[in-house]
Amino acid sequence: MPVLSMTNIQKSFGENHVLKDISLHVDQREVVSIIGPSGSGKSTLLRCATFLETIDAGEIAYMDQKAVQTVNGKAVYAKNLKPFRKDFGLVFQNFNLFPHRTVLKNVTDAPISVLHRDPKEVKALAEELLGKMGLADRAGAYPCELSGGQQQRVSIVRALAMQPKILFFDEPTSALDPELTGEVLKVIKQLAEEHMTMVIVTHEMAFARAVSDRVIFMDGGVIVEQGRPEDVFGDTQEERTKQFLRHYER
Amino acid sequence: MDLLTIILKMAEGLEKTCAIFFLTLLFSIPLGMVVALLRGSKLKIVSGIARAYISVLRGTPLMLQLIAVTYGPYYLFGISVSRNKLIPVVIAFAINYAAYFAEIYRSGIESMPVGQYEAAEVLGYTKVQTFFKIILPQVIRRILPSITNEIVTLVKDTSMAFTVSYQEMFTIGKQIANSQTSFVPFIVAGVFYYVFNAIVSFVMGRVEKAMSYYKI
Ligand SMILES: Nc1ncnc2c1ncn2[C@@H]1O[C@H](COP(=O)(O)OP(=O)(O)OP(=O)(O)O)[C@@H](O)[C@H]1O
Ligand SMILES: [Mg+2]
Repeated sequence: MPVLSMTNIQKSFGENHVLKDISLHVDQREVVSIIGPSGSGKSTLLRCATFLETIDAGEIAYMDQKAVQTVNGKAVYAKNLKPFRKDFGLVFQNFNLFPHRTVLKNVTDAPISVLHRDPKEVKALAEELLGKMGLADRAGAYPCELSGGQQQRVSIVRALAMQPKILFFDEPTSALDPELTGEVLKVIKQLAEEHMTMVIVTHEMAFARAVSDRVIFMDGGVIVEQGRPEDVFGDTQEERTKQFLRHYER
Repeated sequence: MDLLTIILKMAEGLEKTCAIFFLTLLFSIPLGMVVALLRGSKLKIVSGIARAYISVLRGTPLMLQLIAVTYGPYYLFGISVSRNKLIPVVIAFAINYAAYFAEIYRSGIESMPVGQYEAAEVLGYTKVQTFFKIILPQVIRRILPSITNEIVTLVKDTSMAFTVSYQEMFTIGKQIANSQTSFVPFIVAGVFYYVFNAIVSFVMGRVEKAMSYYKI
């Protein structure tokens, strides 16, 4: 059973047709990277998957439960999306931590006040996750007191504390100074090794190649090519993919 | 009349000055939030009414609003002017200040980055939870300096109550000044307001400091 099934997704912003009949299925324990040029619709795809944008047509299901269906050519959302939201987490490019709350409160509040989990257990889980991410001593700090890399790791912990079945990342290192990207990529790699189901939009090609089970190259709102990283990077089939990858060769 | 008598007489009115001040804050701060939220409503009629409310109350003098609320019922419906003028005075002040607070809240709410809403939405917070747990605390922090400005202005504006002869400190002072043909009551009033505002500034400074435990 796939964790996420997106089928024949259509999305336009006015005249701008951004997602053109895209389908994306992600299995449990699978790590999928999405690469592609700016404006190709990568963020929009993640934002549709996380209900931050509404699709025009297509189908979205988590764990075979349909959140969106298409009836008579129009997307129809489930009345209550709340049960679906606990299946996924999203890590933003610019973290979006809550600045008025400590690291610990950022991490524990949603599991407690949204999922109604036991506060003691949530706190224990949060402390364990923070420790794992090398943030054990920062639990009482405010986001503004952390480096960008630390903030992004906190936002990953915040998403993980909800115990999602799948985690989406939208360019998790693009807002970071180059010397800080490594520490964030390292924790994502660690999650990949633990077979956390993930979809990662990234411009870090070496990273995508190293952690992914599958790489997807998107351009102009369609999936141009996808496959095992060694194939997409090593034995590229499509001319557009080759052109794109050439920018990253040095 | 010697200085001490003037001061004591005017001080008797301070209780009423404080009543206007605190009751106005008590009602206008939440009322302003209601107006701000209505102003942001997706329903055109609702936001239109809120917009008109803000526009009229900010666009006409508080003095006129005081007169309208205090004597309006008499001229319109023949209802006798209430003997306790505190009620109409506080109503006039509260609806006037609510309009100003509404605009401050609105600008504060609009200054919030959309990412805060999105992060909350993805985490599954309801709209109400998002507003009270995520947005409002940050908005308060951002608008506190503007709120302080309004409160300082309110201290001075309480003197407007003299237009409907409500016996607060300034009204008494003005009466003494007239009967004694003396300028002293005005100086006393000035000192009273200045000290009052010094206290306000001190308190609000403390509050602002307490809230600046994080950088925006
Ligand atoms: N909220 C929006 N309103 C209107 N147009 C939008 C909106 N969001 C995205 N678009 C448009 O959709 C297209 C795809 O944008 P998207 O952000 O998904 O690209 P991307 O692949 O994530 O690019 P990048 O690598 O720069 O992040 C672009 O043409 C963009 O201008
Ligand atoms: Mg993007």
